[in-house]
Formats: sequence, C-alpha cells, structure tokens
Amino acid sequence: MNERYELNKNLAQMLKGGVIMDVVNAEQAQIAEKAGAVAVMALERVPADIRKQGGVARMSDPKLIKEIKAAVSIPVMAKVRIGHFVEAQILEAIGIDYIDESEVLTPADEEFHINKHTFNIPFVCGARNLGEALRRIGEGASMIRTKGEAGTGNVVEAVRHMRTMMSQIRKLQNMPKEELMTAAKEMGAPYDLVVWVAEHGKLPVVNFAAGGIATPADAALMMQLGSEGVFVGSGIFKSGEPEKRARAIVKATTYYNDPNVLAEVSEDLGEAMYSLEISQIDKDNLYAERGW
Amino acid sequence: MLKIGVLGLQGSVVEHISMLQRISEVQPIIVKTKKDIESIDALIIPGGESTTIGKLLEDFSLIDLLATRINAGMPVWGTCAGMILLAKKISNHGKTFLNVMDIQVRRNAYGSQLDSFHTTANIPEVSDSPIPLVFIRAPYVEKVWNDVEVLVKVNGKIVACRQKHMLATSFHPELTNDLSFHTYFIEKMVKPRISSLV
Repeated sequence: MNERYELNKNLAQMLKGGVIMDVVNAEQAQIAEKAGAVAVMALERVPADIRKQGGVARMSDPKLIKEIKAAVSIPVMAKVRIGHFVEAQILEAIGIDYIDESEVLTPADEEFHINKHTFNIPFVCGARNLGEALRRIGEGASMIRTKGEAGTGNVVEAVRHMRTMMSQIRKLQNMPKEELMTAAKEMGAPYDLVVWVAEHGKLPVVNFAAGGIATPADAALMMQLGSEGVFVGSGIFKSGEPEKRARAIVKATTYYNDPNVLAEVSEDLGEAMYSLEISQIDKDNLYAERGW
Repeated sequence: MLKIGVLGLQGSVVEHISMLQRISEVQPIIVKTKKDIESIDALIIPGGESTTIGKLLEDFSLIDLLATRINAGMPVWGTCAGMILLAKKISNHGKTFLNVMDIQVRRNAYGSQLDSFHTTANIPEVSDSPIPLVFIRAPYVEKVWNDVEVLVKVNGKIVACRQKHMLATSFHPELTNDLSFHTYFIEKMVKPRISSLV
C-alpha cells in the first residue's frame, strides 16, 4: 500500500511543469497530445457546458473514456463525483492513470469524500486552502490542485486558493513546534501532515492550479505564484482556436518566468472562452463550495 | 566546478537538481535556452512526458544544438522520458527526437499507472550495493546495436545501458534517496571527459 502510494505520488512528479487538458472526445485528445499536453482529462462535458446545461453531472461513459485512452499515449485522467466510490471502482477497473474526485461534478455525498487509501489508482483532489488540501491527502490523495471556479474563464478564485495555501504554508514554517497542534486543530488537518509541511515548506504531494485558467498569461501567473503545473478545462476547446491556444499555454507554463516568450505566445490567439464574473453566479452554482 | 545541466522544460527537474546538490564540485543548472546548453559540461534529461519535452525542444529549436553537442562528446544521461528522447528508434512512435543513441525503445511499455512498480537490482558497474529502481509508466529498451553496453535487465528487459558518453535508464534514480547513478554519471562519465579535454 505504502509503495503504491509512493508510485502514485511519483507519477504526479512526472507531470510537473506541464498542462493537463480537458477533452470530450478522441479527436480533441489527439489535438491536446500534439500540442504538448502532459495528460488529458476525459469527460463528456467541459465545466462551461455543465454550468450552462445544469442537471446532475456524473462520471463519463466508460466507452468514451476508453476511446480517449486508446487515442493517446499520454496519461488519461477522469472525474468522479465527490464521495462516489463506486464510480471510482469503475474507473480503476478500466485502468486509466488518475482519478479526479471533482467538485465540478455534482457531489454524491455531502459529508464524506472517498477513502482513497483503498484504491491502487491515484487520485487528485481540489482544495481552497491548506486544511482542505491536507484532509484530502489524509484520505489518500496523491496530488492536489486548486479548485478555482471551473468553467468561468476567470482566474481570480484559483489565485485566491493558491495564495491562501502558500501563505498558510509560510505561516506554519515560522511556528514553533508547540503551536502546530493548535494550528492543526484550527485548520481541521491531520497533525502529522501539518508537522511535515512545517518542516518542508511545501505540500507532501505535487500541487497544480485549476479552475478558470484561460490564457497563457493565466497559466504563467499561477506558476509564478508557486503552482507546479496547470489544468486547463474549458479554456482551450471553448476558445476560438483551440490548437493554437493549447500550444501557447504549454509554452507559457514552461517559460513562465520569461516575459519575452510570454509576449510572443500570447499574440494572435483568437477569441478566449466565454467568461463569467464570479459575483454574477448564483451561490448554488459555485463549485468551489463543494467538498468538506 | 562542473556545470551539470538538467533539461528544465518539464518533468522531474528539481528532483535531479537536489540530487546533484549532494555531490561536491558540482554546480547544477536548469537548462531552458540555447545559451544554457552552450554553458554546460554535461546534461541530464529528466523524466516527464517525452511528447511534451520533445515538442518544446522542437518549438524552441533546441534539437540541433543539443544533438550537435552530444555528438561532439558531451556526456548525457536520460531517465525515462530522457531515454526516449535519446533513442535512434522508438517502436511505438513514428518519429525520434535527439536521435543520438543506438537503442530502440518502447514507450510506456508496461501499461497504465496501475502497472508502475518498484524493485531493486545489483548493478556492479554502478554500485556495490543493490540499487532501488522506480518505474513510472516506463519505457524499456528492445534492441541495442554497435557499442552499446547493457548495464542491467529487469524481468528480461533492458532497463539501463551506456554507449560511451551516453547513459539511458528506464527508471528514476532522482525519485529515490540513492545517489549511486548520479555519482556514477559524474565520476565515470563526466570527470574522465573533462580531464581528457584539459
């Protein structure tokens, strides 16, 4: 079990510095791979469409996921609803590479997340702050991403979540050891993980940015804030020129510190995805609030 | 100080850097540009996604310069994705990348993440003690030719080999605490090369 968990954290390390792209069919998966994606997220509807169409959003049809898996050689991820461990059992049976227990789908359990320790397959989970991240890791997640606010094309929530996590990590680093138990209590996080973070100054697993990233500049912003890679959901295939934008975001994620490259790749990308102001969204439709 | 570059486009870059920091007389450098490539004594190509790293090498026109330096004798070591980038043949991929080493590799040869595994092996050429080996969606070598020397096989498959100044491993020493392979690369491949130039 421990060895499997190490291997699963190791796969996330291999994805670092890369872009994971949402795709809804085999053709998009191939475009993503050709553009330089490190992995694809296979799903029926991207978050922007889930938002528009409403209704219960569930795990995708296994047939679709298998088609996407057959179409590419890079790792394939897919989403399950929060707490829906049977959807996770199904994805493990298909033999994909990573499961995202995601707030973008409609939660199946309003109290408990999946006990990810009982699975061999790795999980990535969303978090808004350090406590949430460490609770997910405590449950067995081997990778963390910010929640952001998916399907909005608005990076403000991802920035908030990344800044919150980084600032909480820095605070822990400066605490004397006797303050860590109270810190653990206050953020609702396992004590041993709090101690680990205080000692190492980072999460014990890889930490990506997700939720609202729509431009190369957004991706580079998240990297400069300390993210180790990015997920782009609706931002690519809901834009005017997906292929070009995908390639530009890949380059911006690698050369996030080089404004000359960023300027060059940001040029002439056509129209960005349709976007939303967070304050205009009905409170029930804020995905970041989902998860406990 | 030896300037040892780690190709920093994507993947397990900082893991290699922190291993190199544990070796004396070594200055690790993250390599992203032509200028970086020209400044280094040797290069490590890390694990990651070979299609992603290959694509970035092409888009930023780094392939020719890198291949030229390797062909001129600069020591290089590829782990996992790095092995794929060095190969002259890739069984399940139409094209090659740096095209410098006489090996034929199979990408993602073991299957999905559920088939990733950990083992240990004795590799006398590299260390007297058994070495932990971590395979993550790893490739293996199907064929070698000319003067490529096989360093170790696991379950009958070639997973580490060397051709003069070029080293390729399917597994990731940078994900373990074991410094054997990094030390081997510096002591047996980089230092002899540097002293031969002086």
